[in-house]
Amino acid sequence: MTRWMRHRLFLPVVSLVALILVNAIARPRFVQITVRDGELYGALIDILRNSAPLMLVALGMTVVIATRGIDLSVGAVMAVSGAVALTIIDGSSDPGNVGTVLVAIVVSVLVALVLGAWNGFLVAVLEIQPIIATLVLMLAGRGVALLITDGFITTVTSPPLKYVASGHLLGLPFALFISVAAIALIALMERRTALGVLTEAVGINPEASRLTGVRSRGIILGAYVVSGTFAGVAGVIYSSNIMAADANAAGELIELYAILAVVLGGTSLTGGKFSIAGTVIGVLIIQTLQSTILFLGVSSAESPVFFAFVVILVVLIQSPRVYQVARRMTGGRRHHPAPEVTTGVEVTS
Amino acid sequence: MHTSTGDDQRFVVEMSAITIRFPGVLALDGVDLRLRPGEVHALLGENGAGKSTLIKALTGVYAIDEGTIVVAGEHRVFGSAADAQSAGISTVYQEINLCPNLSVGENVMLGHESRTVRGIDWRATHRAAAEHLASLGVTIDTQSMLGSHSIAVQQLVAISRAMVLDARVLILDEPTSSLDREEVDRLFAVVRGLRDRGVAILFVTHFLDQVYEISDRITVLRNGRLVGEYPAAELSRGDLVTKMIGRVLDDLEAISASAERSVDRSVTPVLRAESIGRRGVLDPADIDVYRGEVVGIAGLLGSGRTELVRLLYGADRADTGTVEINGERTKVTNPRRAIERRIAFSSENRRSEGIIADLTVGENIVLGIQARRGWLRRVRRAERDAVVAEYMSALGVRPADPDRIAGELSGGNQQKVLLARWLATAPELIILDEPTRGIDVGAKADIQAKVAELAEQGLSVIFISSELEEVLRLAQRVVVMRDRRKIGVLESATVDVDGVIDFMATHDMAAQGAAPAGPDGARSEGSVA
Repeated sequence: MTRWMRHRLFLPVVSLVALILVNAIARPRFVQITVRDGELYGALIDILRNSAPLMLVALGMTVVIATRGIDLSVGAVMAVSGAVALTIIDGSSDPGNVGTVLVAIVVSVLVALVLGAWNGFLVAVLEIQPIIATLVLMLAGRGVALLITDGFITTVTSPPLKYVASGHLLGLPFALFISVAAIALIALMERRTALGVLTEAVGINPEASRLTGVRSRGIILGAYVVSGTFAGVAGVIYSSNIMAADANAAGELIELYAILAVVLGGTSLTGGKFSIAGTVIGVLIIQTLQSTILFLGVSSAESPVFFAFVVILVVLIQSPRVYQVARRMTGGRRHHPAPEVTTGVEVTS
Repeated sequence: MHTSTGDDQRFVVEMSAITIRFPGVLALDGVDLRLRPGEVHALLGENGAGKSTLIKALTGVYAIDEGTIVVAGEHRVFGSAADAQSAGISTVYQEINLCPNLSVGENVMLGHESRTVRGIDWRATHRAAAEHLASLGVTIDTQSMLGSHSIAVQQLVAISRAMVLDARVLILDEPTSSLDREEVDRLFAVVRGLRDRGVAILFVTHFLDQVYEISDRITVLRNGRLVGEYPAAELSRGDLVTKMIGRVLDDLEAISASAERSVDRSVTPVLRAESIGRRGVLDPADIDVYRGEVVGIAGLLGSGRTELVRLLYGADRADTGTVEINGERTKVTNPRRAIERRIAFSSENRRSEGIIADLTVGENIVLGIQARRGWLRRVRRAERDAVVAEYMSALGVRPADPDRIAGELSGGNQQKVLLARWLATAPELIILDEPTRGIDVGAKADIQAKVAELAEQGLSVIFISSELEEVLRLAQRVVVMRDRRKIGVLESATVDVDGVIDFMATHDMAAQGAAPAGPDGARSEGSVA
């Protein structure tokens, strides 16, 4: 009966559902979805739409963290990719042309891929500590973005670009399709091939993996390439949302939110076992929380405190230690069977 | 409490009828353990017999469900290891639980630094540390970083620390498994000194020789139950093994016949390495292995035996020498190359270089095949299950559950999982570095039997072990190493354990120029060890 309660996504899902319930009770309008011109609107739809950049970045971050690494440069990569895309569109004779926008997107994502490969090279080949290796690009990247845009905030008018973040497809936000495609791509890549288990092996025990013949260098490098590429797509979505390339504001602090999403989803920062579904839920928790702040009208001065407070609450709910203590306190009086408290050794048949 | 023995000696620790239940398992079932001051007491049993659980019950890591613990005449229930420590019970683990990045002196005195009004007096602290170490016969620079010393020295530091805490009971959990002979002697000298000072020492080990060398009394556990407590002098080795595993071991006798099997050496060897070496690591050495042959490597820890096989496998790069595999010249510059040539290597460091602790047993076993195929061609579920089931049953992995997390298995079973991982890749040559270290008698016999069986079927094996009996039982030829060089090759049919030891000893004279030189390498007299 309690098998599903022991599932490692149980608590993240509970946290997300609880958060939505609190909102729904405070303001029933939160869960309302209206149809206008065949397109869906509502707070929940907005959450799905707005979560796209964080979703992409957090998925990439999950893979990097699984290899025992971390990628601090994702925000800066977003800024660079946005700057590249907007500069290409701005410089073209026909900013509204779909072809122009496609070229801009492809080039900017390729640039992001190269930046990811650079991170991967530093970590996998030169064996620089990931936090330092990616810090280089985190600091330099925004400068590069400013150089690309000549220090201005480039703005464009381009309906095809606007469509990426604000358009609708089959009644749903187009950005949601990008998120879902990214989730599906990562899930297929990691779980339908052996990449996932090899990544976990490298993250858990790099030396043992090397001696077993796992190409750990390639796997680590690949993880940073994925992270960089996804950050590049996130950068395009971000610029599409504001229709501008803002080198300073694009993806600001997103690396930390992405790390938070990964951890909320139950993936350990020490590497190894990772959960894509967990990260997806982690992202939704963070995005819902941010909507909650807007929705409940928390003042901008108070919102970071509110955010932090809820995050602490969610982390505490998921802490095994807190769980144990709670069980011991309530379980002792009610004479629950002891086993659950002392788990650690799981027993099968 | 009431003791039914006629012994007048007071017990410093008396654990009676200790029972500990884990969910679904009775980990300890009414076990007694009594320690007298000034004795070395060996606690023996196979992996999973309950040795560690009993120690953890004594030191407050696990809460006991039933039974009593009396320490120095008082009923005690320890809430934590720190509690136990302040009651005079200190533990030195196999994996040293000190701070490698602090100095030796800081580690010894941690929490007991000499203080003056102006704070910690570091000079006095280091002086005190040096005195404590000296009283155990250890003279090292107390300012040096702990991590820069060998495991053996770190253990002695850990024991010194226990003495600073005024331990009356010292628990040594597998202290000798990564020490060489000289280091063991040094450790035992310290242990005897402590015993003579009235400290009760509880010694857990898998080395039966060492049990008889140092212990006064032996407590044997099996499957969470007490088998009995015996004076070491009155329990023969054969009886001890029988009590530990509950059945008589004649499997090992059968294996020794395998070493006498003749191997065809007129053909091209599976592996032939000539003057393979690496500066500062290994003097150039030759080695060849034929099809179906087990070549043993005998040598002490640090003799270059691990270094040699790591060069053969490409785990480290050789800077001299050539390698031929099935007659074909190749360069093995990394493990992948070796694996492509169907060479497998199981490291002596099971935990850090072998098992992927958080993955399941099944994932661990299939990892070797998967790594060979690359990430794109995933081993399918059905194929995986078949391979895993085949090798788990062939090697007798317990528990027989492929979805169990590998890190939860006992050492012996982890070793079987690693062996399964490599055998599943169908190697032509498998290099086993200390495959039986730190595992129980039953698993040891299983692994040796498997190696003998596979060799008979045509697999070539390089087998390294600190236990010469094991090497001689399995191998047709034994490569003897010392001081980072190969000193010769012996036909195992013509020598016994003493013969091998003699050979190592005569080499000492050879190095001094008295005796004829060994086959090779021995000429390089005066090279740095």
